[in-house]
Amino acid sequence: MNRYPVWKYAILLIALVVGGLFALPNLFGESPAVQVSIAKASLKLDAAAVGRVEEALKAADITAEAVTLDGTSIKARFASTDVQLKAKDAIQKALNPDANDPSFVVALNLLSRSPAWLTALHASPMFLGLDLRGGVHFMLQVDMQAALSKRAESLAGDIRTTLREKNVRHSGISRNGQTVEIRFRDAQAAEAARRIVQDQFAELSTVESTDGTDIKMVATIQPVAARKLQEQALKQNITTLHNRINELGVSEPVIQQQGLDRIVVQLPGVQDTAKAKDILGRTATLEIRMVDEGTEARSAELGTAAVPFGSERYLERNGSPIIVKKQVILTGDNLTDAQPGFDSQTQEAAVHLTLDAKGARIFRDVTRESIGKRMAILLFEKGKGEVVTAPVIRSEIGGGRVQISGRMTTVEAADTALLLRAGALAAPMEIIEERTIGPSLGAENIAKGFNSVTWGFVAVTVFMCAYYMLFGIISSVSLAFNLLLLVAVLSMLQATLTLPGMAAMALVLGMAIDANVLINERVREELRGGASPQAAIHAGYDRAWATIIDSNVTTLIAGLALLAFGSGPVRGFAVVHCLGILTSMFSGVFFSRGVVNLWYGRQKKLKNVSIGTVWRPDSQNQVATN
Amino acid sequence: MEFFKIRRDIPFMRHALVFNLVSLVTFLAAVFFLFSRGLHLSVEFTGGTLMEVSYSQPAELNAIRASVSALGINDVQVQNFGTARDVLIRMPVQKGTSSSAQSERVLATLKAGDASVTMRRTEFVGPQVGDELAADGLKALASVIVGIMLYLAIRFEWKFAVAAIIANLHDVIIILGFFAFFQWEFSLPVLAAVLAVLGYSVNESVVIFDRIRENFRRFRKMNTEQIIDSAITSTISRTIITHGCTQLMVLSMLLFGGATLHYFALALTIGILFGIYSSVFVAAAIAMWLGIQREDLIKGSVKKEGDPADPNAGATV
Repeated sequence: MNRYPVWKYAILLIALVVGGLFALPNLFGESPAVQVSIAKASLKLDAAAVGRVEEALKAADITAEAVTLDGTSIKARFASTDVQLKAKDAIQKALNPDANDPSFVVALNLLSRSPAWLTALHASPMFLGLDLRGGVHFMLQVDMQAALSKRAESLAGDIRTTLREKNVRHSGISRNGQTVEIRFRDAQAAEAARRIVQDQFAELSTVESTDGTDIKMVATIQPVAARKLQEQALKQNITTLHNRINELGVSEPVIQQQGLDRIVVQLPGVQDTAKAKDILGRTATLEIRMVDEGTEARSAELGTAAVPFGSERYLERNGSPIIVKKQVILTGDNLTDAQPGFDSQTQEAAVHLTLDAKGARIFRDVTRESIGKRMAILLFEKGKGEVVTAPVIRSEIGGGRVQISGRMTTVEAADTALLLRAGALAAPMEIIEERTIGPSLGAENIAKGFNSVTWGFVAVTVFMCAYYMLFGIISSVSLAFNLLLLVAVLSMLQATLTLPGMAAMALVLGMAIDANVLINERVREELRGGASPQAAIHAGYDRAWATIIDSNVTTLIAGLALLAFGSGPVRGFAVVHCLGILTSMFSGVFFSRGVVNLWYGRQKKLKNVSIGTVWRPDSQNQVATN
Repeated sequence: MEFFKIRRDIPFMRHALVFNLVSLVTFLAAVFFLFSRGLHLSVEFTGGTLMEVSYSQPAELNAIRASVSALGINDVQVQNFGTARDVLIRMPVQKGTSSSAQSERVLATLKAGDASVTMRRTEFVGPQVGDELAADGLKALASVIVGIMLYLAIRFEWKFAVAAIIANLHDVIIILGFFAFFQWEFSLPVLAAVLAVLGYSVNESVVIFDRIRENFRRFRKMNTEQIIDSAITSTISRTIITHGCTQLMVLSMLLFGGATLHYFALALTIGILFGIYSSVFVAAAIAMWLGIQREDLIKGSVKKEGDPADPNAGATV
C-alpha cells in the first residue's frame, strides 16, 4: 500500500534534477565585470566590437577572465574590482574617443561566475533587489495637468495660425488653464471659426457664450484626447529617461510605468547618486519664442510698467530681466540633436542644434519675417524658465541648423546639450519616493538574510531529527528539497529577491515544516491506536492531507492579498511567501511520502517504524522505539 | 522523545469563559493603547526623509541632532540603528525643498563635523505615497479577512469562519497594541508580518476545526463540548511543535537578521505566541458559543424526504 508507481518517482526525479540545475548558478557567486552596450540606435554590436574591446584590454595590459557577446551587450569579466575599474577606463577610452558624444555605454556590472553550459541553459542566479546589491530607486510622478496646459498652449498657437490663414478676424486668443479662449466681435466670424476648429482640431470641443458685446468661444480638450495625451506623455517621459540613463552608464536599469501617472526607475550599482538624481530630476525643455520689443515691454523690462498682455517676464543668464512673448514658436519636440561645441567666429562655448523638417521650416519662416528682431531661446528646468540667449536675427536661417551661444562655460554647454539631446520631457516630473542603498549595506543585508535562513534551518532540522528520528530526517530532507525548489523557481522566474524576501524564505521554511509535523503526529497517533506500521503510514499521510490543504490555502490567501496590494518591500515578501507555500505542498507531502515509500514500502512485514517515541496512555511501556 | 503524554482529554471548554475574558481584557488594553498612544508609523507611511549613516567611532547623537537642527529642519529624530556607530536620522517632509537636496545638505553638514561619516542608505517618501500605502494596507487586510472567511464558510461552516476570524483579528489588534505601547516602529515589513501572521494562525484554527469535524463523525455519543476538548487535546502536540519550529526560524531572524528585520521578527514572535492562544482557546470557544452542531458539518447525514430537484416534491394529490 505504501508504494509509488514509477511515474511518480519519475516526476520527483525530474523535479530534483531541474531544481538542482536552476539553483546551481547561485552557488558560483559573482565576479566584477564591465558591460558595453550601444548608446545610439544606428550602431550595432558585433564580433568587430568584441575585437576592439579585447584589443583595448591587451593594449592596457589587462587580462579578462572572459569576454562574451550576448545579444545586446558585450560583457568582460575580471578577477578583482581594481582590474575592473582599470578595464572600464581603458575600454571607455578606446570605444568612445569623444567623451562628449559617446557611441557606447560602458558600465560596471557583476556577472555570475557560473560555467557556460549553465548559462546556455538560461540558468542564472536569483535577481537581487536594490537592498541587496546597492543602488538607487526612484518613483516619479508625472504632472499630467502640466502636460494638458502645455498642449492647450500649443493648440492656441495653432488656432491662431489657422485663423490667420483663413482670414477669420478675432479679437484675441489666449490659454486659460487647460482651455483655449477665442473672442470675436461678430457672430459671423465666430461661426466660421467654430467650423474651422471642428474640422481641423478634432480633439477640441467648443462652447460659445456672449461676454458683453463680444462672443467668447471656449475650446476644451476632449476627455478621450486628454487620456491619449497623458498616455503619450508618460511614454515619452519613459523614453526620455531611458536616454538620460544611457548617458549615465548603468548596466541594468529598470524603468517601468506604475499606475497611470508614475514611473519607477531603479539603477542598481550606481555609486554617484547625486549625479543620477541631478540628471533624472532635471526636466529641461527648450522653447524658442520672440522677444517683445514694444514700448510697453521696454518699460516693463526696466520695472516701470506692468508686463503687457500676452507676454511674460524672464531673467537672462546674467540676471537682467527680459520680456518674452507667450506664444511658442518651437519646442524641444522639434529638436533632433544637440551637440556642445564652439562658435566658429568668437571661439565661445556653444550648443549646436539640429531641427527636424517641420521645425526647420517654421524656423526659416520666422527668421525671414523677423529680420532685425530678437529671438529668445528659453530653457525650462523644473518649471523655472531662463533665457539662455536672445540674439538678434541677422538673416533668414534655413536648413534647420541653429547655434546657441552666449555666456556659457564649456561645462555648461556640454550639460545643456546632454539635457536637450536626451529629449524634452512631455510633462514635468517630481520625485515622490527615493531610496538609496550603499553597496556595503547591500552586502551586509545578504549576509544577514543568509544567516537567518541557515541557522533557522539548522535549528529546525536538529529538533526534527531528535524528536522524530528517521521520519525527522526525512522531514528535514524534504525541507531542504523545499529550499532547493524555492531557490530554483526564484532563479527561473528571475523574481526580484529582497531582504524581506529572504525573511519570507525563512518564515516559509518554518511554516512548511508544519505539514511534516502534522503527518508525523498523525502517524504516531495511528500507531498509538494500534494500527500496523504500514497502515499507520498510509492513514497518517491520507488524513493529514486534507488539513494541510486547508491550512495552506488560508496562508496563501493572505499571501495573495499582500501581492495584490503590496508595494516595494511588501511585494518582495509576498512573492517569496506565495511561491514558498506552493513548493512546500509539493515537497512536504509528495516528496516526503516518496522517500518514506522508498524506505519502508518494500518491507512486507514491517515490525516498527523509526518515528521516535509512540507513547500509549493505557500501558506504561513505550510500544515502538527505535 | 514525546513531550505530550496526555492520558485523558483536557477539559479546555470548561474554562472557555475565563479564556474569553482574558482575551477580552488584552484586546481592550490593546485597543486602548492604540488610541491613546497611536502607532509610531515609519517614514513609508508618514512621508519624509530617512537617512542611515555610519561613523568610524561611536556616534554622538546630540551633536548630530544639533547640527541637523541648525539647518532649519524641525522635528528631527536621531537614534542609533543596530550598533553605536550607525545612526538613523528621520526628517519630516519639508515644504519647498526637494528630497535630494535635503539629504545631501544633511550629509554635507555631518561630513563637516566628522569626515569619517558615510552614507549607507537614504529613503524619501512623498506624503501622497504614504497615504496610498496606508490605504493599500487596509485594503490588503480587508481582502485577507473576506478571502479567509469565504474559504472557511465554504469548506466548513459560517460559524467556524466567524469564530476563526474573530480569534485571529484579535491577534492582529494585540500585535498592533504591543507596537503602540512600546512605540516600536511600524513599517511596511511589519505590516507584511502582521498579515502573514493572520494567514498563519488561521491555519492553526483550521487544524482544530478539521479535527472537530472528524470527531463529530467518529464519536457519535459525545456532546459538542467533549468533541471540542478531544479535538484540541489530540492536536495540541502538533500545534506546539509546529509553532515551536516556526519560532525557531523567527528567532534566528531576530538574532541574525540585524536591525532591519528586528521589528519584523518581533511582530511575528508576538503573533505566533498569541496565535497559539487564540486558535486553541478562543476560536473553538467562540465556535461553541455560536452553537456548532453535528448537523452543520456532516452534510447529507439528515436525509430529506423526496428529491429536492424534483419540482413535484412534497406535492400531495
